[in-house]
Amino acid sequence: MGNKLTGKTGFIVAVIVIFVYGIVGVPHGSLRQSIADRIHLGLDLKGGTHLVLQVHVAEAINSATDRDVQRLNAALAATGATAVKLDPLHPEVITIQGGQPTQQSAIHDAISGNDYAGYDIGAAPAGGYTLTMKQSAIRDLEKATLDQSIETIRQRIDNLGVSEPVIEQYGLGDNQILVQLPGVDDPARVENIIQSTAKLEIHQVVGSYADEAAAMTALNGVVPADEELVKGSSGVGGPDQFYLLKRASIVEGTDFKGAQPETDENGRPDISFNLTTEAGDRFYKYTDANKGTGSMAIVLENKVREVATIQSAIRDQGRITGGFTQQQANDLSLMLRTGSLPASISYLETRTVGPSLGAASIHQGVLAAVAGLVAVLVFMLIYYRGAGVNADLALLLNLLILLGFMGFSGATLTLPGIAGVILTIGMGVDSNVLIFERIREELRLGKTSAAAIQDGFAHAWVTIVDTHITTIVSAGILFLFGTGPVKGFAVTLTIGLIANVFTAVFVSRTIFDYLLGRRARGAALSI
Amino acid sequence: MELFRNANIDWLGKKWYFLGFSLIFSVAGVFSMVAWHGIPRGVDFKGGTQITVHFDATPNEDHIRQAIDRRGIKDARIQRISGAGGASVNDVIISLPLASASDAAHDQGRTEVEGALSANYHDSGFVVQQVDIVGPTAGSQLQKQAALATGYSLLGMLIYLWFRFELIYGVAAVVAVFHDTLITIGFFSLTNQEITLTVIAAILTLVGYSMNDTIVVFDRIRENLALNRREKLADVVNRSINQTLSRTVIASGLTFLTVLCLYLFGGEVLHGFSFALVVGILIGTYSSIAVAAPMLVAYQDWRAKRAPAGKRVALPAAKAVRR
Repeated sequence: MGNKLTGKTGFIVAVIVIFVYGIVGVPHGSLRQSIADRIHLGLDLKGGTHLVLQVHVAEAINSATDRDVQRLNAALAATGATAVKLDPLHPEVITIQGGQPTQQSAIHDAISGNDYAGYDIGAAPAGGYTLTMKQSAIRDLEKATLDQSIETIRQRIDNLGVSEPVIEQYGLGDNQILVQLPGVDDPARVENIIQSTAKLEIHQVVGSYADEAAAMTALNGVVPADEELVKGSSGVGGPDQFYLLKRASIVEGTDFKGAQPETDENGRPDISFNLTTEAGDRFYKYTDANKGTGSMAIVLENKVREVATIQSAIRDQGRITGGFTQQQANDLSLMLRTGSLPASISYLETRTVGPSLGAASIHQGVLAAVAGLVAVLVFMLIYYRGAGVNADLALLLNLLILLGFMGFSGATLTLPGIAGVILTIGMGVDSNVLIFERIREELRLGKTSAAAIQDGFAHAWVTIVDTHITTIVSAGILFLFGTGPVKGFAVTLTIGLIANVFTAVFVSRTIFDYLLGRRARGAALSI
Repeated sequence: MELFRNANIDWLGKKWYFLGFSLIFSVAGVFSMVAWHGIPRGVDFKGGTQITVHFDATPNEDHIRQAIDRRGIKDARIQRISGAGGASVNDVIISLPLASASDAAHDQGRTEVEGALSANYHDSGFVVQQVDIVGPTAGSQLQKQAALATGYSLLGMLIYLWFRFELIYGVAAVVAVFHDTLITIGFFSLTNQEITLTVIAAILTLVGYSMNDTIVVFDRIRENLALNRREKLADVVNRSINQTLSRTVIASGLTFLTVLCLYLFGGEVLHGFSFALVVGILIGTYSSIAVAAPMLVAYQDWRAKRAPAGKRVALPAAKAVRR
């Protein structure tokens, strides 16, 4: 055995050892257990829930401008101008109207401060101004909203004890989130917990009416721009009423620091909460100013849960009594603790696979793969005799590398992934056949075994490069533009093809060289 | 053992038969897509709710239908499925149209069907095995994405072949692959089988496979052209196809064997996927010989006809082979 050959053989053995390690890791317990720990199966194989969520980021923009409208109005109070949002379809536009002509420079100073750097300032009719949120500010806000939603959902799911969940941004459309929950095949409760915005806010109450019609009569048919009508009751079991509330909240979801389920003096479940320091200061200032006169409403998920008269100044402690069941109190305080979602969420896609179906799929997929593989291996041995052994070793090594890679990378094996493996077998066979047919051709031209092998590999190499690169190009495009199943398929196919170039060309060639070295001069090649 | 030793078949002489064969299948498929079944889209693309229910005993479809009708669920489709090799697995797929999965009331359809079965189906117990709910937004996005992925992958391959061979080789290969895709989708339309995301993966696979097959022939043409530039292109192409015939038949045959195993034993989940590959590998192999190679010759003849009399037209020689 030449030096070069020894080196190549050593390299091949090293590759085998590395990838066997990739499949089983450090052996512990049974072989089956070792493999199961390393090769991650996709949801379609082991069962679970796959959700695609849409985050309605426009809501976050709406509440951001709501807060700015409130601040602007405070700053503009002396000038007689007011800030309003006129067009519900464009929540990013604030209009300043009604300013006295003598106050123009004061108004301009108020709105051009650093606080409103995120807005473009334009002129509006009758000496007013418009503040339009800049595209870059909108994008930043959208991204922050999406990130915060992902973080919130992650915390909620972690608190539920689902193992190995996937929660990430999803590339199919804008502002979508992918959630994968292995082992969860009845997603109803999880869906609710994820979806609840848990939007808890405290608003100032302006008035209350028995029903919507009464409210509209009292308001002469128009709800003022800075106020809103919200349905709800003043306490547990109270009759449903309509409340006119100030649109801008006193306290909002992100102001809550903690929340615990507790029981009130009558043993009924309720929730106690505390606020962040900054929100506590704000709350104190407000309650102190309106002590004894004003009342405020606790609004949960856009429904008034409780209305309370302000008895005394409150800083950062509070309690919600709302006729909860124990489960509701637990879930709700979990959601308040993990923070409310910055915007509401809807479901675009839900896929659930039961564990037994997954097991049946694995069984069938593996059976089909093994049946196909055995048929191919047997045919190669019959058709190419000695060289068939090369092809069979190359194919088996290809599968070993593929599975080993799955073990190392932590990529998940899905059903289409198994299909990708089967296609890899097909392309692997193709490379071997290309090489062997070419060697046979060269032998027919009267070349010696060594020369035929040399030229056969050289000619086939060009073709193998072209076919493999073309397929890898298309697999790469699938990976970039595909999602879920298509992506899994592209990953196994790409790795399989790279492994195939190594096994069908490098390994097979090394075996040929080894055989040539051992063989008596002039003996026929078994191909 | 050896098959097809020294094959000597005049492939290009049969080009009119090939054209006829391709036209019959393409036109039949296009006819079905336009005027008969349309392109049957699965729940992934058209949106809606699809629920796979496993029953403890052989399910009675009429009773399931009654249970669902009594609940007032409209337009439900109920379909028995079989396991590997046609074995009975007591599974039923219940599909609801898009209206059941609006973005606002996403899983209403599932809740309704589960409720209807537990209240009104008394023949045996049941377990919901798999639920796919695709809302209208996701459905149209998935559809757009699949079309984009196919388009870009064809473009990517065209550019690679342009770079490695000549533009006409890339065009011929892409036309052949387009022909395969059209006929395969035509088969889905003719047999009214639904096209799902996994079927799209299979179609992209066959695109890769057919391309692979075409490149093997083109590579040989390039090699033969470099050796002998005086021979007629038609003869070079014929010889190249014959030289690679043995490899074509064996490699395609074995790949066909593996996807056939997938089709026979892979079970319901892989059914559409493997059907696309079974059809696609046959058509893909055929198109390399019957569509891509004759196109090269037709292009050459067209250029010769346009050239001024007496002037020799150079063969569309590929770029020099890099070894």
